[in-house]
Amino acid sequence: MLNQVQRRMLMRRVLQAIPVLILATFSVFMLLKMLPGDVAITLAGENATQERIEEIRTLYGLDRPLLVQYGDWVWGAVQGDLSKSLLSGEAVSDTLARVFPNTLFIVAYAILLAVLAGVPLGVLAASRAGGWADKLVMVFSSVGVALPNFWLAMIFVGAFALNRQWFPATGFTPASEDFGAAVWQATLPAVALAASGMAEVARQLRSSLVEVLESQHFRTLHAKGLSPRAILWKHGLRNVSVNLLTVISLLVNRTLAATVVVEVVFAIPGIGATIVDATLRRDFPVVQGVVLAMVVTVIVVNLIADMLYSVLDPRIAQR
Amino acid sequence: MKDMAPDSPLLRVEGLGIGFGARRGRIALRITEGVSFDIARGERVGLVGESGCGKTITGLSLMRLLPGNARIEGRILLDGEDLAKASPPRMRKIRGKRIAMIFQEPMSALDPVFTIGAQIGEALTLHETVTRAECRERVVEMLAAVGIPAPEKRHDEYPHQLSGGMRQRAMIAMALICKPELIVADEPTTALDVTIQAQIMDLLRDLSERTGTALLFITHDLGVVAETCTRMITMYAGQVVEDAPVDAALTRPRHPYTSGLLRSLPQLNRARGEFAFIAGRVPSPAAMPAGCRFRSRCELAGPGCEAPQTLERVEEGRLARCHRAPDLDLPGAVA
Ligand SMILES: Nc1ncnc2c1ncn2[C@@H]1O[C@H](COP(=O)(O)OP(=O)(O)OP(=O)(O)O)[C@@H](O)[C@H]1O
Ligand SMILES: [Mg+2]
Repeated sequence: MLNQVQRRMLMRRVLQAIPVLILATFSVFMLLKMLPGDVAITLAGENATQERIEEIRTLYGLDRPLLVQYGDWVWGAVQGDLSKSLLSGEAVSDTLARVFPNTLFIVAYAILLAVLAGVPLGVLAASRAGGWADKLVMVFSSVGVALPNFWLAMIFVGAFALNRQWFPATGFTPASEDFGAAVWQATLPAVALAASGMAEVARQLRSSLVEVLESQHFRTLHAKGLSPRAILWKHGLRNVSVNLLTVISLLVNRTLAATVVVEVVFAIPGIGATIVDATLRRDFPVVQGVVLAMVVTVIVVNLIADMLYSVLDPRIAQR
Repeated sequence: MKDMAPDSPLLRVEGLGIGFGARRGRIALRITEGVSFDIARGERVGLVGESGCGKTITGLSLMRLLPGNARIEGRILLDGEDLAKASPPRMRKIRGKRIAMIFQEPMSALDPVFTIGAQIGEALTLHETVTRAECRERVVEMLAAVGIPAPEKRHDEYPHQLSGGMRQRAMIAMALICKPELIVADEPTTALDVTIQAQIMDLLRDLSERTGTALLFITHDLGVVAETCTRMITMYAGQVVEDAPVDAALTRPRHPYTSGLLRSLPQLNRARGEFAFIAGRVPSPAAMPAGCRFRSRCELAGPGCEAPQTLERVEEGRLARCHRAPDLDLPGAVA
């Protein structure tokens, strides 16, 4: 399926990903160690003596130099062992397998909503460039881009879950257990996450469409006798699909980060709640595992986007 | 067809005025005024004139492809039907089907993300009911007819994989695929190499002769008009100043501007060893003089030229916009 060029690109991208992964996990590790207190204090319990805390530190290897601790973690990770939670003892890979699908579900749902709403809005604005519909969409999306996701999430919980109980305020059923329930429960968080994405998609799509509609080959399309609608939806969208793909892949990265806080607002057991909880309790293997999973996701999404570029634009495939 | 005499022209343009920036129904900037001409079935007409005289917008107006801020007045009769008043859906039935257009820049006139075959086939399926297989077959046939080698392979290639000349051939194939009655070609060869230019012009003339498609050929190149066209229309500052059979126009022009254009052509006058340029500048559309628009640059200007000039019959089949035309004996080109 992949040609020679694509295969070489894939190899290069995988190699490039290694320093990114090391840098990301290393800086997260160091930042975590800069926080006051460590997991030993939590584990030792209230009123524990200093000796007891030290004993626990030694037990978990927390008294070793930082680089050794990090190196130890990397060595395990390379062999596929993300080690265990210092607090619960659950293997980090098990934790990820439990919570990460929930996050991915919400992110995918949010991206879907952002695209399904953003594309028609962008096309509408571009087809009426300068008109009132265009201005309305642009004002609306300026607001959408500026609104913080978590703030929207809080408003939604108040308005549609607590006040008018249309949606559940908290909790989540994994999609693998009950897809319908998962969709239902993920709707409010996904809408909160999708608002800025939709605005971004609409804005970017509008500006690239307006530009491409001015180009010479669109006059040829009119000269053929094509209707404005066919020109806009068939040729217009196809011509800006590369721009759209860029917007969407950036959106995936951003939504993945934004979901952390939104999950906390809705008390959804995803990586957001997990990383916040683990950070507060200085459970560094869990934090490292979550960061690793997020970075890998971002890298994979960007790689897929890069592969798709050459499918969408034949001129890129040539190079 | 309408109740028209069989020898009525395919296209009759009457008093076509094009302007931009209309406010409250009034045109703010008039570019062309009172443009009238006929094109008979199968006829090849050259439209010449200096840059900015309104050739392109006249060509675009025939298909109602002008930008949104443009306004037109007058009549554009295709077989008696006034296109100036046709609804947008009606125009879409005419564009590509009865009148087709070839643009100047083959590099940018094709959609870069669709294959050549898909773009040509799109024009065909839009105006005719064909199956996928028929569509492909007709497009490949057409590609072969415009001289594209390996048409089966080219059908599935993208514009960037073709040379400029091949792309212009593909454009011509797209224009011809629905067998239109008129093709408007706006400087179709300007962006191409000289050798390719001649090939493309030969192809256009050849196809027009074979299929009986009329051609409105917009150009600066009077040499190409001489070789390709049967009639030549000269425009100056938004007006038609001369309309004549091509040989007559080139050897015995009846308007001082046409004569000036011919004398400023190096390739047509090489034998004579002289070439003059027309002194002065075209008046700006915003400040058109009331009388003859060419007066300020005309060596022969005199009494009577300050009055507005009308396009008058000078002799059988010849029109000129100059009150002195019947008495003038102007130098043309030795072709
Ligand atoms: N969209 C527009 N708005 C305002 N003026 C315009 C517009 N398009 C063209 N014009 C003006 O109309 C005039 C005629 O333009 P046109 O392109 O028809 O000239 P042309 O004879 O084709 O010239 P060339 O030989 O350079 O192609 C020019 O003065 C140009 O500035
Ligand atoms: Mg032009």
